[in-house]
Amino acid sequence: MEVLYATCVGVLFACGVFLILRARTFPVVLGLTMMSYGVNLFLFASGRIHSNKAAVLGESAQYADPLPQALVLTAIVIGFAMTAFVVILAIRARADLGHDHVHARFPKIKGKE
Amino acid sequence: MSLMWIPVLSLLGSLFAATTNKLSRTNAALAIAIFPVVALAIVLYHTASVLDGNVIRESVQWIPLLGINISFRLDGLALLFCLMILGIGLLIILYARYYLSSNDNMARFYTFLMLFMTAMLGIVLSNNVIQMWVFWELTSISSFLLISYWWHTSEARQGARMALTITGGGGLALLGGLILLGNIVGSYNLDDILNNGHIIKEHALYPVTLILILLGAFTKSAQFPFHFWLPHAMAAPTPVSAYLHSATMVKAGIFLLARFYPALSGTELWFAIVTLTGLTTLIVGAYVALFKHDLKGLLAYSTISHLGLITLLFGLDTELAAVAAIFHIINHATFKASLFMATGIIDHETGSRDMRKLNGLWKYLPYTATLAMVAAASMAGVPLLNGFLSKEMFFAETLHQHVLGSMSWLIPVLATLAGAFSVAYSMRFIHDVFFNGEPIGIKKDIHEPPRYMRVPVEVLVALCIIVGMFPNFAVDSILASASLAVVGDGSLPQYSLAIWHGLNLPLLMSFLAVTIGLLIYWQRKYLFQFNASLPEIDPKKAFLNGLDQIAALSEKIMFRMETGSLQRYIAWLLVTVLIFAGIPLFDMLELAGDQPLQPLDPHNVIGAGLLIVGAVATVICHRSRMTSLLMISIVGLMVSVAFTRFSAPDLALTQLTVEVVTIVLLMLALFFLPHRTPKESTSLRLVRDVGIASAVGVIIGSICYAIMTRPLNSISQFFVENAKIGGGGTNVVNVILVDFRGFDTLGEITVLGIAALGIYKLLLNLPLFMPASDGEGRPWAIERYPMLLASISQALLPLALMVSVYIFLRGHNLPGGGFIAGLVTAIAMILQYIARGSDWIYARLDINYRKIIASGIAIAFVTGIGSWFFDRPFLTSWFDYFDIPFIGKIELASAIAFDLGVYLTVVGATLMILASLGKLTLASQHKEPK
Repeated sequence: MEVLYATCVGVLFACGVFLILRARTFPVVLGLTMMSYGVNLFLFASGRIHSNKAAVLGESAQYADPLPQALVLTAIVIGFAMTAFVVILAIRARADLGHDHVHARFPKIKGKE
Repeated sequence: MSLMWIPVLSLLGSLFAATTNKLSRTNAALAIAIFPVVALAIVLYHTASVLDGNVIRESVQWIPLLGINISFRLDGLALLFCLMILGIGLLIILYARYYLSSNDNMARFYTFLMLFMTAMLGIVLSNNVIQMWVFWELTSISSFLLISYWWHTSEARQGARMALTITGGGGLALLGGLILLGNIVGSYNLDDILNNGHIIKEHALYPVTLILILLGAFTKSAQFPFHFWLPHAMAAPTPVSAYLHSATMVKAGIFLLARFYPALSGTELWFAIVTLTGLTTLIVGAYVALFKHDLKGLLAYSTISHLGLITLLFGLDTELAAVAAIFHIINHATFKASLFMATGIIDHETGSRDMRKLNGLWKYLPYTATLAMVAAASMAGVPLLNGFLSKEMFFAETLHQHVLGSMSWLIPVLATLAGAFSVAYSMRFIHDVFFNGEPIGIKKDIHEPPRYMRVPVEVLVALCIIVGMFPNFAVDSILASASLAVVGDGSLPQYSLAIWHGLNLPLLMSFLAVTIGLLIYWQRKYLFQFNASLPEIDPKKAFLNGLDQIAALSEKIMFRMETGSLQRYIAWLLVTVLIFAGIPLFDMLELAGDQPLQPLDPHNVIGAGLLIVGAVATVICHRSRMTSLLMISIVGLMVSVAFTRFSAPDLALTQLTVEVVTIVLLMLALFFLPHRTPKESTSLRLVRDVGIASAVGVIIGSICYAIMTRPLNSISQFFVENAKIGGGGTNVVNVILVDFRGFDTLGEITVLGIAALGIYKLLLNLPLFMPASDGEGRPWAIERYPMLLASISQALLPLALMVSVYIFLRGHNLPGGGFIAGLVTAIAMILQYIARGSDWIYARLDINYRKIIASGIAIAFVTGIGSWFFDRPFLTSWFDYFDIPFIGKIELASAIAFDLGVYLTVVGATLMILASLGKLTLASQHKEPK
């Protein structure tokens, strides 16, 4: 089970990183989203994976670790805010620059002064 | 009276000066002068005690762990400098009142001047070397501000920059030296350092420490080869030159030599460096001064030369050298400051400082001329004036030293030569300016300056004469006290300040210097011709070249590193991460820990399979953006399923709702972005990226695996045990969010609010880039808002809102809470936007989402503050049980108010993000012709 879980995290990271390395803004946004999934699952795994042990008192005999869950919960929401910000930035950049390339180097300033 | 008040008063004066713009110039100067007058009174109050040999100390703890205290110390040396700084400072305040024209901003000038005074007083009074260094840097900065006072001229700007670069660089070296010194002694306290001279000198790091500290001193005191900033600093107003660049700031380096004399001097290295530097500076300065046509240039090089003389004295290995050095500090300050002021008067009255034009001013300015001539005679070392006495002592000391071994005789010879040049340039100052024909190209209505502008010059020249004629009466006690602080071994050698010591070698040297000097001046024509034939060495040019080269180098590095390519940055970042995350993995013997693995079950395998397929498909389809968006939504869905599966219902709900919002947002975003990604990456780049991506995946996956197979040592037991009794809720995750870690959550929702506001701002005035059709060229659907969706979503809205209320209320005890409820509400609203369009919504529901965000954060914050009223720490939650008729026993917790804040912030932020973007499509539709 753990092997499978770790594999999923690894695949998410690999796919996310590949997309982040693309040259256009939209795949980069997707990559960030994908990596957020990976990060959240990774953090979540630090509480280990258990079935049917929700951390609600009185519902089961043992409880899964609630702390990573609380951290991941806020991470999901913040991750959304970040994705939203980046994608809006991408829209703005496309509107201002006329393209959606991530390469920002302006033509080299010639003959300074 | 507290010592601390001396710099503090001066600082207050600086602050006060900044407010004197409205006062008349005289009133401003008078009011500002009160501060140094009171400070001077405090110094005088302590004088008797210090002259009796006491050292007054005061200390306030600052950073005790680092051994850094605010501490002050007044001994003979500090007393002498305090008197000079405050006394001459007061004269400068008076002088500047007349020197500056009504166009100059007096308040600014006095603010900087008083700031400088504070810094100087801080240096000389500090009993902690780090504190001393802070004031030291402050002198560099205030000097920069004062030199650039007339910032509209390029000389002022360049001069200020050069001074700051050189003295600031020296300051950096000094800091290094002082830290080493502190480490060697084990204390930054000056008393401890001065008492442990033998430890310092025997330490292996002594040479480095000494060189670093000397670099600080030499740059500040304009010693060769760092001297060139001083002439360029003459772009400052003349009161500044008189104060900073002759009497005080350049003496700060000398002060440093004197201060650390007991701790650092006496070694071969000290003698070698200090003597040779001083000697070179003495001669170079004296020689160059003669050829300067600018009056202030002449005085600047003369100052350099005299600073060299004092430095040389500190480097001589004779008993009385330090006493002579202190004596010359006093004398140089008096005659040089008065000469600068006289120059300022000449400049002020004639509008020129060029000695080729200035001639025969005796006729027009007889009074000023007399004062200047006396001061210049003192500079040349004419008997009955103070300059003669210390120069005589200097000559005597050069005869007794053995610094250069068998070649030590060179020093008195060279000293005499420098003395001769000093006589020559002093002669030039007198003869060229006040006699030697008529002024050339200068207006003829030259007249004496205002009465009070001459007062400071008169005071200083009077001091030159009094000290020169009655040295024992005038300076003996303060000189002895200051020298004792420098020599540091408790007793001073015998010396005599008499004017007449009989016919001896020093007198002969003086006589020779005067004779040769006059000869040089008389035959100066040949010397000038010779000097003109020398290749011109311009240290300024070299300095600027150096700066340019540094700038060019850093530009080159910057262009190499900062290519503007996000891809390259991220690649580098990831490779770095790989290295740092990967190395520990290779050091580990076994990846798997000792925990038993859980068995695979088919559901999980199917879920994982879907997730992996979705992720890979997202990558494969990434050129077709809509498809890849759909693929990634599978991944998100499977992640929320995974949370459900692994006992995290709150996470599952959150992930699910966020997923919906995210996909809607990204779809909306695609409306404004190209729908296809062009094929751009070269094969090589693809290989590189796949390589990096796989490596990252492998490393992270391995770490994840390694973590999961090791025993869990969680602090969560505390949360589980206290959730009910401490937080009043059974859903531990929610209790952690709103209670245990409520402060974190407050931070998170604030970030969320800021992100939403940032998005709002980004979308304001967006130049629209609207496609009329989708990526494949198909026009948008004619029916914008399908009837079916509209009806259903409208019917669903109350239901959805009720669900969100339910989720919100039960959150404390069962999966749910503010985050999830907020997202559910947001989704219900977004559905309305999708089904009906923004127009329709705005007509019915005009909500300012910014206000909702603000009120949400405010509610959460106020809930937190509320606990202060019950004497509890911020965000302590409160709960109790109430019996309400018909409903039964219910629990009320303050955490629910906090959660309400979370709820409102999430709703406001989410809707603002989507509605702002949605509104853009609206604006564009209005613009479209169809």
